[in-house]
Amino acid sequence: MLGKTAGGIYWMFRLLERNENTARLVEAGFRIALTRSQSPVSEWKSVIKTAGVETYYEIKYGTYDATNVIDFLLRDTSNPSSVMSTIENARTNARMVRTALTTEVWEAVNESWMTLKTLLNRPIQETELPTILGTIRRNCALVRGSMYGTMLRNEIFDFAALGIALERADNTARIINVKYHTFIPSTDFFGSSLDDIHWETILRSVSGYRSFGWANDNEMSASSIAEYLILDPRFPRSLKFCYTTLIQNLDNLSRNCTAVESCQIKANAVFTHLENNSIKSIFKYGLHSFMKDFIKETNELGSQIELNYQFYH
Amino acid sequence: MDIENSFFDEMYTKDGQVRAPYILYNQWLANQDSAKLIKKSREAEAFFRRIGITFNVYGKEMSKERLIPFDLIPRIIANTEWTHLAKGIEQRVRAINAFLLDIYGSQEILKAGHIPTELIHQNDAFLGQMIGMKPPGDVFTHIVGTDIVRTGENEFFVLEDNVRTPSGVSYMLENRETMLNMFPELFSQNKVQPVNNYPKMLKESLVSCAPKSCSEKPTIAILTPGIHNSAYFEHSFLADQMGVELVESQDLRVINGHVAMRTTRGYKNIDVLYRRVDDEYLDPLNFRPESMLGIPGIFDVYRAGNITIANAPGTGIADDKAIYSYMPDIIKFYTGETALLQNVKTWRCSEPRALQYVLENLSKLVVKEVHGSGGYGMLVGPAASKKELSAFTSKLKRNPKNYIAQPTLALSTVPIFTKKQLAPRHVDLRPFALVSPKKIKVTPGGLTRVALKAGSLVVNSSQGGGTKDTWVLGE
Repeated sequence: MLGKTAGGIYWMFRLLERNENTARLVEAGFRIALTRSQSPVSEWKSVIKTAGVETYYEIKYGTYDATNVIDFLLRDTSNPSSVMSTIENARTNARMVRTALTTEVWEAVNESWMTLKTLLNRPIQETELPTILGTIRRNCALVRGSMYGTMLRNEIFDFAALGIALERADNTARIINVKYHTFIPSTDFFGSSLDDIHWETILRSVSGYRSFGWANDNEMSASSIAEYLILDPRFPRSLKFCYTTLIQNLDNLSRNCTAVESCQIKANAVFTHLENNSIKSIFKYGLHSFMKDFIKETNELGSQIELNYQFYH
Repeated sequence: MDIENSFFDEMYTKDGQVRAPYILYNQWLANQDSAKLIKKSREAEAFFRRIGITFNVYGKEMSKERLIPFDLIPRIIANTEWTHLAKGIEQRVRAINAFLLDIYGSQEILKAGHIPTELIHQNDAFLGQMIGMKPPGDVFTHIVGTDIVRTGENEFFVLEDNVRTPSGVSYMLENRETMLNMFPELFSQNKVQPVNNYPKMLKESLVSCAPKSCSEKPTIAILTPGIHNSAYFEHSFLADQMGVELVESQDLRVINGHVAMRTTRGYKNIDVLYRRVDDEYLDPLNFRPESMLGIPGIFDVYRAGNITIANAPGTGIADDKAIYSYMPDIIKFYTGETALLQNVKTWRCSEPRALQYVLENLSKLVVKEVHGSGGYGMLVGPAASKKELSAFTSKLKRNPKNYIAQPTLALSTVPIFTKKQLAPRHVDLRPFALVSPKKIKVTPGGLTRVALKAGSLVVNSSQGGGTKDTWVLGE
């Protein structure tokens, strides 16, 4: 397949994943702001930080409040990670690689784009936010569902899966990174309701609240949540799960080649590092530093993939 | 329905009788509830949007995608009419290929004095680099979209021979698909000839024109200028339907005497390139040194016989509007036959007497740029304001060579569906011919373009035209 097509598929699915992640961040932020348990300003600030668009936001607004943050994350096309920007760019990529998509996947992404364009063409009222966020999530599910249900398991699928897994790994890592302080046991707040709210927000922003409960018998603690997000091989947004997927799809891609690509070496190294650590050793090393290393490695892996598979000329 | 008396309507006679090809359709139509048809019409639009059959309009915002309006009343062509048309198109396409082979070869037609030599040699569409070249299989024009207009019962004219990179075939296919979805019963009642094997035939045709040096199954790719091109949908549609790669010039480069595309596994040779870019954007080394577009050196690969370019570079000389007027002679010269399809009378403004006539009768004529297309830069005399007429007069005087003029044709009408009633609108027809070394195949159908504005004669989609499904009835 063409390098350009591989790149287009990979980015299409990365952007769709980001689209959903951004919507989920807004949802979690909105929830915590509604509980009014603490300053909503710092909460919105960490949402913007997690989305990685702090600089863009501060140039534009300077202060943090719900209306501006929500508008910036959902509608603002000057923000490359906003829901509107990501669906627009995902669809442009889809048009570019139209010949590599099934009709179902193309129609799903094109319809999502049409729906969101109408939905987000005017400022959002607080009352309609839940419905809008629900629609965004449903549209992402529609595209992903069409992908899993109709696409041939060939290299096109592998590049799509790589895009999803890499974006997910990055997203989960960012959430932990921005919220690392809530994982550090403090005598004042340990076990307090404030911790519970923070943890719930974190879990909700990775769609993991309910599943965490199942997996851990509803025992919430800093270390059990961190372990779940980083090391649990069953949770589809944990770092370990994402890397298992990455390695699997990279292996598929190199099945007919004798040479091992540098991106494969990289992915295996990161995975081994996760394998060799326990949540204890991670806390001992420093959660913040661990996440920073991880984000850096994951970014490098992304660049390696682009290089190995000749996305650009 | 109101019938405009001066025009030939293809569905109804002047006294309101239904013409033969439309009889069954008309019976069906009489039984339809108009509210239901209005709903269907809306559904069709939603369908087109969903599958993304949109086009970009030049000069508009990059991201603006528009739909070409689809009218749900089919344009129906009787079998006998089609047989005549298809034979005429085949004859013309055969002559055009022979002409191109000759004009870039020994130029017998110039030696015989049928066409003035300077008309070829001073023509921008004549590509010097092609002199002495014989494309693989001797095919120059792999895909042709001949524009045909009708003015009466048995009066068909060729308006333009589009032999460069004709577009519109995706609409022929998608319009049919839409009709099949919306009104399946119509296709069990009427014997409509299928068009859906076009992509398969196109692929076969391209395969049959692969370079001689290509020993294995040829690798085919479609070259598009990219997603902002007005016909991008069609490029990706055809690539998808044929199962071939859709490439842009950045994906290609010349390696070891072959054109190769950048894949995830390194570079892979291409044998046949169906290009949807103009000649001048093909190769910056050979054609336009200042251009950043194109594949440097592709023409050298072509010259060495290692790639087929479809259509061949330089075919534009055959659909140049000044050459058009010589087409009856060209057909006679190469086939020995009289042209089956008529040419529209054409005044070449480069000739002083013709220019004088054109200037004196401007308000009755259609004036076109010799190299223009898409309905841009043309004057429709009867519809033009005084200001436009005087502006064109000075243009003509300044650069007469750049223009030709034709009588304003009384284009036939076919009704379109409107909320109130059926309304006659002018149409043209673009059937598609595929050329391989052994045969020429014309797909039974084509793109019918329809001017949606009452009275308008301009059917171009870029100027507000719509399309219809085109039915060719079986025997």
